[in-house]
Amino acid sequence: MNDEIIVSDSELVEPAVVHADRRRSEWLMTIREAWRMGRTKIGVGIFAFIVLLAIVGPWIAPYSPTEFVAPPFSPADIPKMWLGSDYIGHDVLTRVLYGGRTVILLSLAATVIGLGLGVTLGLITGYARRWIDESVMRILDVVLAFPQIVLTLLFVSIVGPKLWLIVLMVGISHAPRIARVARAATLEVAQRDFVHAAEAFGVARTKILFNEIMPSITSPLLVEFGLRLTYSIGLIAALSFLGFGMQPPAADWGLMINENRIGIVIQPWPVFVPVLLIGILTIGTNLIADGLGRALIGIERDTGVG
Amino acid sequence: MEPTTSAGPATTPERDVVLMVEGLRIVLDPSGVDIDDEVSLVIRRGEVLGLVGESASGKTTVATSLLDYQRRGAKIAAGHVEIDGQDILSMGPAALRAVRGGAISYVPQDSSAALNPALRIGTQLMEILEVHGFGASAAEREARLAQMMAEVLLPSDKVFLRRYPHQLSGGQQQRVAIAMAFANRPKVIVLDEPTTALDVTTQAHVLDTIRDLTRSYGVAALYVTHDLAVVSNLADRIAVMYAGRVVETGTRDELFAAGHHPYTRKLLASIPDITGERALRGIPGWAPRPGRRPSGCAFTPRCDWAVDRCHEEFPPVEEPSPGRRVRCWRWKEVGVQVADLDIHLRDKSLSARDTEEKTVISVRDVAAFYQRKEILHGITTGLSERRCLALVGESGSGKTTLARCIAGLHPHKIVGDIEFGGKALARDARNRPRATRQAIQYIFQSPYSSLNPRKTIGQILSQPLRVFFDLSRDEMEGRMEKVLEQVALDSSLLSRYPDQLSGGERQRVAIARGLAAEPMVLICDEVTSWLDVSVQAAIIELLAGLQREMGLSMLFVTHNLALVRSISQEVAVMNEGRIVEYGGVDAVLEDPQADYTKKLLSDTPTIPAVTAEA
Repeated sequence: MNDEIIVSDSELVEPAVVHADRRRSEWLMTIREAWRMGRTKIGVGIFAFIVLLAIVGPWIAPYSPTEFVAPPFSPADIPKMWLGSDYIGHDVLTRVLYGGRTVILLSLAATVIGLGLGVTLGLITGYARRWIDESVMRILDVVLAFPQIVLTLLFVSIVGPKLWLIVLMVGISHAPRIARVARAATLEVAQRDFVHAAEAFGVARTKILFNEIMPSITSPLLVEFGLRLTYSIGLIAALSFLGFGMQPPAADWGLMINENRIGIVIQPWPVFVPVLLIGILTIGTNLIADGLGRALIGIERDTGVG
Repeated sequence: MEPTTSAGPATTPERDVVLMVEGLRIVLDPSGVDIDDEVSLVIRRGEVLGLVGESASGKTTVATSLLDYQRRGAKIAAGHVEIDGQDILSMGPAALRAVRGGAISYVPQDSSAALNPALRIGTQLMEILEVHGFGASAAEREARLAQMMAEVLLPSDKVFLRRYPHQLSGGQQQRVAIAMAFANRPKVIVLDEPTTALDVTTQAHVLDTIRDLTRSYGVAALYVTHDLAVVSNLADRIAVMYAGRVVETGTRDELFAAGHHPYTRKLLASIPDITGERALRGIPGWAPRPGRRPSGCAFTPRCDWAVDRCHEEFPPVEEPSPGRRVRCWRWKEVGVQVADLDIHLRDKSLSARDTEEKTVISVRDVAAFYQRKEILHGITTGLSERRCLALVGESGSGKTTLARCIAGLHPHKIVGDIEFGGKALARDARNRPRATRQAIQYIFQSPYSSLNPRKTIGQILSQPLRVFFDLSRDEMEGRMEKVLEQVALDSSLLSRYPDQLSGGERQRVAIARGLAAEPMVLICDEVTSWLDVSVQAAIIELLAGLQREMGLSMLFVTHNLALVRSISQEVAVMNEGRIVEYGGVDAVLEDPQADYTKKLLSDTPTIPAVTAEA
């Protein structure tokens, strides 16, 4: 009885496929698997390029974003003004280089808020079941019934166009969708015996939620984060365009599209370039989310575990 | 591989050989790591060959290769598979389709997954006949269909044939799968653990059916299983596989009487014996997986007989007698040692009841519900201090529900009294005082689900210590090392994760987690049902030892009546939510009173007592 061999060996479902850390950090594994796909590499490349542009942009910009450098809607004049001037004579290239920060930062903040709120609600509803689950999910259904932009506009029209409010509302409008994903994953994990074992010891519910269950649902949440980030970028840009986001004279891609749309026929650059950048940024984040999603499905299929 | 077909016994001429496998080598595709190597088998008309091996022995991979099918990532690298002289492995896709389900057919482990859930079973059965062009007319096929159903003892009326797979029981589904396999009167049939998911009574019926059909049609059958006891009444010959190689082949009686390979002997000793004569002996360690197998003979690390040569060279096939083959350097010495290595008589004094012990847990007139349905009816029983009560029953008998009621893990309604130390127990473990939660520990069935995959063994073991005791870091460390030692694991495992451990090690960790709480009562819910027999025996030895040494009261839930004598002093037999028989183990197993117990006893497969003569 006491001569059990001690040096361990792994007992995987598929022999010799060595993913020793498959179980302990599934999200890392998901990222690694996703990275093997071309789409993820392209997505990460695009995202990194735009983020880099937004970070170093202000340092390489030729002028100040609020400096009047030419008559309004002047055409491109290389090398003085690569993209011409906008509706009041600012340099378009400068404003493009300055205008990415807000979109990216606000979208990230909103997504993080949505994720935090959604995961908490999803864990609680998925684990508590019964009436808590029922009542919270019905309230979320009500939130879900409003299109995200309508919900945000509703509150902005009541409180006023405050940046914090926009970030918060975009986050809140993401929460029901994230909560659903988190809840579904929690329902499955909560039935496993290690959760029952913790219950039998009398471990506190919050500890069970965050120490036992949470580490097992990170992968679907990772995919959800990528997806919600894409939506956030679109929403934040749309709100800026509608005039509820950054206020003039700030440089912001969404705002630029609105300010300059009247001159689109004579000077397309101040509209076209921000649209293009927002477009490829969302394509980038979407490709990342897609890669992660595919990796997750692949891992589930290969291991038979979620 | 030398040709071996000529070596068959004189009574079965060579022309009777239906299936011949020679030098089969199967590897993982990109890596080239071998799953199976040098596998050679011969099966004659009307003969059942039992292919026995534990998990990771490569037995299922061999089985499906006979139909030239490999799972994703595996491929056949060398060897021949011949059915009546026809080479299966060199066939084109069209020829192969004709052979599969025709000349050779396959019964999978899980028939519920093999039957199409969207088609009526009559449609599926007819399909297999039509595809292979059985008979000349539809009428002939229908006659065959009726005959098939009769052969597997299922009704063949329209109503039954119009059912969908989910409307049948597990045993009925498996019979349909068997009917399908025999439909076109195959020459060879491959059965891949077809009874593993079934209860013993259903298993006994299915085994009878298989035996009758192979005999009456003269089919050559390969029966793959991890359980020697199952094939003991079915197989004519047995091939034992270990780490991808056939280590011993012989007739059933030869193997049971005197295995020439140490693994065969140890495997036999690890099978629970319902007669209670032999003690259960586990094999230390576990079977190595492909790519992790040691050089030389793969069994060396677990073998008592190993000498230096075993580490270096893989032994060749030797033939002690015609048809008998063994791969061991020391088979001559192993083969003559009969009695004292394998047969350890059970210490019967352990089950004798010396004094009346105090009752620790008493259950009085308890009924439990699943939602609104009553699933336990009027259960009254008790658990005494320092005794082990085995709770035996088939699936759905309510044995796990009763165990969970006591542990406070049954989330539905319970009526009646469950008392611990004379005080009523709260229904939900959360509402019990800390001292009670500490005193009653529950070990779960599956060690794959009961340990959090994201935590190290150290984190897992520290959970009960944090909840129940106020310890410093060093004290905690010391306690964890102590409990690991009690379950015969090394403290170096503390930093490992569950997926780096074998199934047996994981179950030991789960037991250690229970012990860390320093309990009075240990509830073990089918704790060995996910483990290999050799590992199961080791876990049973461990639990029996712990129970004795630590004076634990234990409730041991199991579906396997044969295990009961090796661990418990009392036994309660459950059926359909009621306890149908209760008593001391020897009394119940030797002189059962309830009809249900008698049936269970007669259906439980055991090894014939051929070893006793020595």
